Amino acid sequence: MSVWLTDEQQLIKDSAERLVQNDYTIEARQKLIDSEEGFSRENWATFAELGWLGLPFKEEHGGFGGTGVDMAVLMEALGKGLVVEPFASSVILAGTALDLAGGPLAERLLPEMIAGERLLAFAHSEPKSRFNLNDVAVTAATDGDGFKINGQKMLVYHGGSADSLIVSARTSGAQRDRDGITLFVLDRAAEGVSVRGHQTVDGLRAAEVTFTDVRVGADAILGVKDKGLSIIEAVVDRACVFFAAEASGAMEQAVALTVDYTKERKQFGRPLSSFQALQHKMADMYSAHQFSRALTYRAAALLDDCSPAERAEAAAAVKVKCGQSAKLVGEEAIQLHGGMGMTADMPIGHYFKRLTMINALFGNAQYHLKRYTAMKSE
Amino acid sequence: MELVLSAEDEAFRQEVRAFIRDKLDPETKRKVELGYPLDKNDYVQWHKRMFEQGWAAPNWPVEYGGPGWTPIQRHIYDEELALGSTPRVIPFGVSMVAPVIYTFGSAEQKAKYLPRILSFDDWWCQGYSEPGSGSDLSSLRTKAVRDGDHYIVNGQKTWTTLAQYADMIFCLVRTDDSGKQQEGISFLLIDMKTPGISVTPIETIDGDVEINSVFFEDVRVPVENLVGEEGKGWTYAKFLLGHERTGIAAVGRSKRQLARLKTIAEHEVNGDITLAEDTDFQERVSQVEIELFALEAMVIGALEGEARGNPPGPEASILKIKGVEVQQAITELAVEAVGNHAHAFAPDTWDIHANEPGIGPDYAATAAPIYFNWRKASIYGGSNEIQREIIAKRVLGL
Ligand SMILES: Cc1cc2nc3c(=O)[nH]c(=O)nc-3n(C[C@H](O)[C@H](O)[C@H](O)COP(=O)(O)OP(=O)(O)OC[C@H]3O[C@@H](n4cnc5c(N)ncnc54)[C@H](O)[C@@H]3O)c2cc1C
Repeated sequence: MSVWLTDEQQLIKDSAERLVQNDYTIEARQKLIDSEEGFSRENWATFAELGWLGLPFKEEHGGFGGTGVDMAVLMEALGKGLVVEPFASSVILAGTALDLAGGPLAERLLPEMIAGERLLAFAHSEPKSRFNLNDVAVTAATDGDGFKINGQKMLVYHGGSADSLIVSARTSGAQRDRDGITLFVLDRAAEGVSVRGHQTVDGLRAAEVTFTDVRVGADAILGVKDKGLSIIEAVVDRACVFFAAEASGAMEQAVALTVDYTKERKQFGRPLSSFQALQHKMADMYSAHQFSRALTYRAAALLDDCSPAERAEAAAAVKVKCGQSAKLVGEEAIQLHGGMGMTADMPIGHYFKRLTMINALFGNAQYHLKRYTAMKSE
Repeated sequence: MELVLSAEDEAFRQEVRAFIRDKLDPETKRKVELGYPLDKNDYVQWHKRMFEQGWAAPNWPVEYGGPGWTPIQRHIYDEELALGSTPRVIPFGVSMVAPVIYTFGSAEQKAKYLPRILSFDDWWCQGYSEPGSGSDLSSLRTKAVRDGDHYIVNGQKTWTTLAQYADMIFCLVRTDDSGKQQEGISFLLIDMKTPGISVTPIETIDGDVEINSVFFEDVRVPVENLVGEEGKGWTYAKFLLGHERTGIAAVGRSKRQLARLKTIAEHEVNGDITLAEDTDFQERVSQVEIELFALEAMVIGALEGEARGNPPGPEASILKIKGVEVQQAITELAVEAVGNHAHAFAPDTWDIHANEPGIGPDYAATAAPIYFNWRKASIYGGSNEIQREIIAKRVLGL
C-alpha cells in the first residue's frame, strides 16, 4: 500500500526472496546455526555473485552505488528468511564505516569484501558502554610512531570469522568525550587480539574481543584521528534503518505464518481464525507491520541525502516504531500459535527471537523515544 | 505497601525464613538466583527438606499431612519460598493430583499415593493436553478401553512438563465417545514405567527441554487406578482448576524477580549514572511494582474470603491474567536492563561449576531466554484468551 518499487528494486527483491524461499528453510538455517562458523561460505559467495555485498557502496570503492531504498529492499527480503550470513557485520556495519571514511584502507579492503574474499566486523560496543556511542574505554596510546591498543569490545557480530576488524578506540580525552575516538583497522590474527566467539539468542554469531598491547602503525587509522565518532554515528543510524527493514521482512512473515496457522488449527470445532478476539489481534499485527514498514522506507529514502541531524532523527523514529511493532507482532504471533509457538521446531519462534533482538540492538524503542525527544527539544 | 501482619503471622514468617536459611542447599539457591537450569536433584532435595519439616503440603487437610495453616500463612509461606530462591514447588503431585485423590479417590488410593506425594518419592506429571486438544481440552481422544480388570490406553499426550523425570502421570482419557464430549472422560493414574509408554522431549524456543510428548501404545492400567467414577473425569478436572486459584498469581515469585531486576539496574551503567538512577527506567519498574501490589491486594482478599468459607469462583481468572502480565513484564524489563548483554547465548556456561566463564555479567546470561520461555505463561493453564472468555461469560454473564 505504501511502498512502490522501481523495476531494479523489484529485481533485487525477487532474487533475494527466491534465494530465501529455495535455500533457506528453517531446517537448512538451523543446520547453518549449528555448523562451525554459524553460516554458509557458499551462500556468501552467492551473495557476492549477485552483487549484494557491494550494493550500498561508492563506485570508487568497487560498489554499485545503490540507494537507501535499494538496501531496505534487500534487507527486507533477507529478513523474511532470517538469513544468518555476516551481511550486517561486513556490509552494513564495517563496510559502511570503510565506505564513509574512504582513503587507502577503504580502497584496498572494500573491493575484497565486495568480491566475497574478506569478511569484516565492527568492534565498537563495550561491556559498559550500553548504547552510548561516545562511551569508549578501549584505549589507543601513542607508541613510537604508532599506537598500542588495550581494552575489550563486545557483541562484535561475526567477530570470530572476520579477517579484519574495524575497532574504535580512544586516542585522547575522557571516556565519554565526543572527541578523541579513532577508528582503526586491525587484522583479527594480529598479536594481542583475542577473540571469543559465541552464539546469540537469535541464531547469529558474535564475539567478545580483547586487545592486549596490540601494536598498530598510523596507517591503520581509518578516517581522521580523534574524529571517528561522526562516522560511527552515521554507521549506526543507517544500520538502525536497515535492521528495521530486516524486521519488516520478519514481521511480514510472522503475520503470514500466524494467519495461516490459525486458519488450519481447529479448537471447539472451528478454526482459530474464526474467533473474533484473534481476528482483531491479527488485524493489529498487520497494521503494526504496515506502519513500521512505511516509516522505515521513508527513512531509507532520506538516507541518500540528509544532514546528520535529520538522519539521527529519522533513525530514532524508526527504532521506536519498529521496536514497538516487532514486539507486538512477535509476542502475539507466539500467543496465537499456543503451545506450538513455544517449540523450537516451528519457524515462528525464530522470527519472534530475531524481532526481539532487533528491537534490543543499539537500544530498544524506549531508549530511542528518549533520544528522539532529546533531539527535538534541543 | 508491605502487608501488615499480626505478631503471630510475623513470627511465622521469621520461622519460615530461618528454615529456608538453614536447609536450602547454597548451590541450588545460587542456581535459582541466576536463573540457571536446575537438575532433578535440586528439586527432589529441596522437596524432601520441606517434607522433613512437615511443610511439604500446605494446601492439604491435616488428616493427610497438611500443616493446618491459615490461608494467610500459606500465602506467607509461598512468598518466603519464592523470596528465598528455593526451587519452585513441582505442582503436579502436591497441588494437582493430591486434592483429586483425597477428595474423590478410594481409601486404597489415598493410602498408596498420598504419602509418596508428600515425601516426594514419586514425581508426578500432568497428562491433559493432546496435539488436537489444547484450549478445547474436553475434545481429548486418548482412549482407555476396559479389558477385564485393566484399561488398555492408546493415544498421545503432549506439552507434558518434566515428564522425563516422572514416576507417575495423571491422565484424562476417553472411556466413552457416545455422548457429549465432556462426558465419557475418566481420570486415570498411570505408572510411567508401564510397558508401552514412551517419552520424547520437545525443545522450546529458549533452547530448554522441559516439555515432552508422552505416547501410549496398548498400555495396560489396572482398573483400581481409576479415580472416582468412570466418565466423571471432567468434573474432577474442573474441581482441580478451581482448586489452587490464588497460587497461579505467583506473587512471591514476581516479588523476587522484581528485586532481582532492581539489583541488575544497580549494576548496569548508562553514561554517568546507573540504571537504578535512570528515572525513565525506574518509572517502568514502579509501574510493574504497583501492578504487583494490586495483584497481591486481590490475592489477600481472596484468601480472606477462603478463610471465611467463600473461596473465589471464576472471577479468579483475573488473578491468572494479571499474574502472568506482571511476570512477563518483569522478564521484558530484565532484557532491557542488561542492554547489549542480552544477545549472547552460551548455555554451556549456565552452571556454577562450568569450566568456562560466561559471556558478560552472570546476571545477564539468561535474561533473554527467560523472557522467551515466559511467553508460555499466557498460553498454559488456560490461556489469557480463555481466561477472558471465562470472565466475559461466567462472571459478567455476557
Ligand atoms: C511450556 C508449556 C508447558 C505445558 N505443560 C503442560 C502439562 O504439563 N500438562 C498438560 O496437560 N498441558 C501442558 N501444557 C499445555 C497447555 O495447557 C496448552 O498449551 C494450552 O491449553 C493451550 O492449548 P494449545 O497449545 O493447543 O493452543 P490452542 O488451544 O490451539 O490455542 C492457540 C491460540 O488460540 C487461542 N484460542 C483458543 N480458543 C480460543 C477461543 N475460543 N477464543 C479465543 N481464543 C482462543 C488461544 O488462547 C491461543 O492463543 C503446557 C504448555 C506449555 C506451553
